[in-house]
Amino acid sequence: MSNLLEILRQQVDSNLPDLNTNDSPASLQVEAKHLLAVAKVLYTHPDLYFDSLSCITGIDNGPTLGTMEVAYNLYSIPYHQSLMLKVVVPRSVEAMPVVPSLTGIWRTADWHEREAYDLLGIYFEGHPDLRRILMPADWVGHPLRKDYQDPSTYRGITVK
Amino acid sequence: MENKDYAAITEQAPGHKKVEYQYQADNLQRSEPPKYKLEDLRQEEMIINIGPQHPSTHGVLRLEVLAHGEYVVDVVPHLGYLHRCFEKHAEALPYNQILPFVDRMDYLAAMNSEHAYVMGVERMLGIHQQIDKRTEYVRVLVAELNRLSSHFVALGTYGMDIGAFTSFFWLMRDREHINRLLEWVSGSRMLFNYLWVGGLFYDLPVGFEEKCAEFIAYLKPKMQEIDELLLQNKIFIERTASIGVLPMDLAINYGVTGPMLRASGLAFDLRRVDAYSVYPELAFDIPIGKGEMGTLGDCWDRTWVRYQECLESIKIIEQCIAQLLGDHKRTRDYNPRAHVPKKIRPQAGDFYVRAENPKGELGFFFRADGRSDIPFRCKARSCCFSNLSVIGELSKGAMIADLIAIIGSLDMVLGEVDR
Repeated sequence: MSNLLEILRQQVDSNLPDLNTNDSPASLQVEAKHLLAVAKVLYTHPDLYFDSLSCITGIDNGPTLGTMEVAYNLYSIPYHQSLMLKVVVPRSVEAMPVVPSLTGIWRTADWHEREAYDLLGIYFEGHPDLRRILMPADWVGHPLRKDYQDPSTYRGITVK
Repeated sequence: MENKDYAAITEQAPGHKKVEYQYQADNLQRSEPPKYKLEDLRQEEMIINIGPQHPSTHGVLRLEVLAHGEYVVDVVPHLGYLHRCFEKHAEALPYNQILPFVDRMDYLAAMNSEHAYVMGVERMLGIHQQIDKRTEYVRVLVAELNRLSSHFVALGTYGMDIGAFTSFFWLMRDREHINRLLEWVSGSRMLFNYLWVGGLFYDLPVGFEEKCAEFIAYLKPKMQEIDELLLQNKIFIERTASIGVLPMDLAINYGVTGPMLRASGLAFDLRRVDAYSVYPELAFDIPIGKGEMGTLGDCWDRTWVRYQECLESIKIIEQCIAQLLGDHKRTRDYNPRAHVPKKIRPQAGDFYVRAENPKGELGFFFRADGRSDIPFRCKARSCCFSNLSVIGELSKGAMIADLIAIIGSLDMVLGEVDR
């Protein structure tokens, strides 16, 4: 795995931080602007070959911290290696946080990003079809945000 | 009897609530608009809506099919009809109380989902090494029984989708035995809440291992019958061979896992790859698709892999029973709750755990803040969700009748797709 950091520092950004081994699997925090380049190297480099993207998780750290995160769980089938990529983006009420979409590399990102967009309101730049996936299209708000307030009615039905 | 205004009478009844739903003709259009607009269609193209109440969609899945005559141009699934806010609930409940919600995700394979979840929390707490061998063998035994029952539903309903009715009844009959066995263990037929973080709810009931061995002896010849009745049936082969071919690279790129990925020719089974629980001590093979009846990765291969996995599960169950009656047999001082933690408070950090469910890789992402018993974020990576996302690619150019065969071969449970 140290090899991984060398390759990424050489090819993308020399200031990449070390792996955080407190997480399981070990995680690597990258800046949003480097995400696409890092993902491309991870996917294509013959020594890394992270061919499968298992999971994308959007996380809202709450209004006090003022950040949102997206965690990508990658797995390399031939090398039996797991890696967690993390992107932290600032959170604001007015505009959605923007993260580049990885749909062009792993197509499984398509639905997972739609889910993160739907439930957390993270905008994935470059996504071909960013619509809500689990909630109705006319739903207001993003339910997994920490400051989300349940609506009192839905289609005239009192919910609370 | 004179005509009474029943609406007025029921409104006066105690505890009655008025129906508040405001019907508007465009409610459906507003809540789930189709992706394709009528004005964008080319000549001879049409949009066909299948579901959400269509029996062939195995639940409440709505498919928007763009068709050119009898041929499918594109399929757009609309999800969320069974969305029960698992992740929202999980952010408000302690780890051990999330378990019943996990049962309700893939309600056909609740034991397997519980196994994945419980294993994840135990690894976060660092107690996964302390779990008794007997506990682990019981976990694997019930999980494999549940895998059998899940595959029985998959095979049975798939046969029924394309016209083979008898196999459905036969498999449901055999699944009933599993349901009753698991009811004996846990008290419920489908949603067990039996595997606990750190142990089990109870030890197996006395005599369970013997009854289970009896059931396996009964089941073995029945599996042979299913092979002859369903898989080798000429009509079944012609409906499924070379239909819905999924190449391996496409499957990996779409995050397809489980029997679907193995049917495309990759021997990738997390029970072997991650070697969790006591699976390294058990002998079983990983069946992979061979393209025997048509093309590698077609609907027949997927069904065949599920059928073969049933046989492998039977092998595992037999070995578990032998262990539970032999080296790890019931003793007076065995306490299945010995390591159940009083308070589940993992260290701060992010964790991703995965396990092999009957339908694929079930993963859980946890973020623990280190200060509370409630996960800061708990996300379920559902296997059916990823497996379903490939349907657009699978069914391009297929006939509409074959689309039904393709949906069935995905073996999805909408409870897990929508969570």
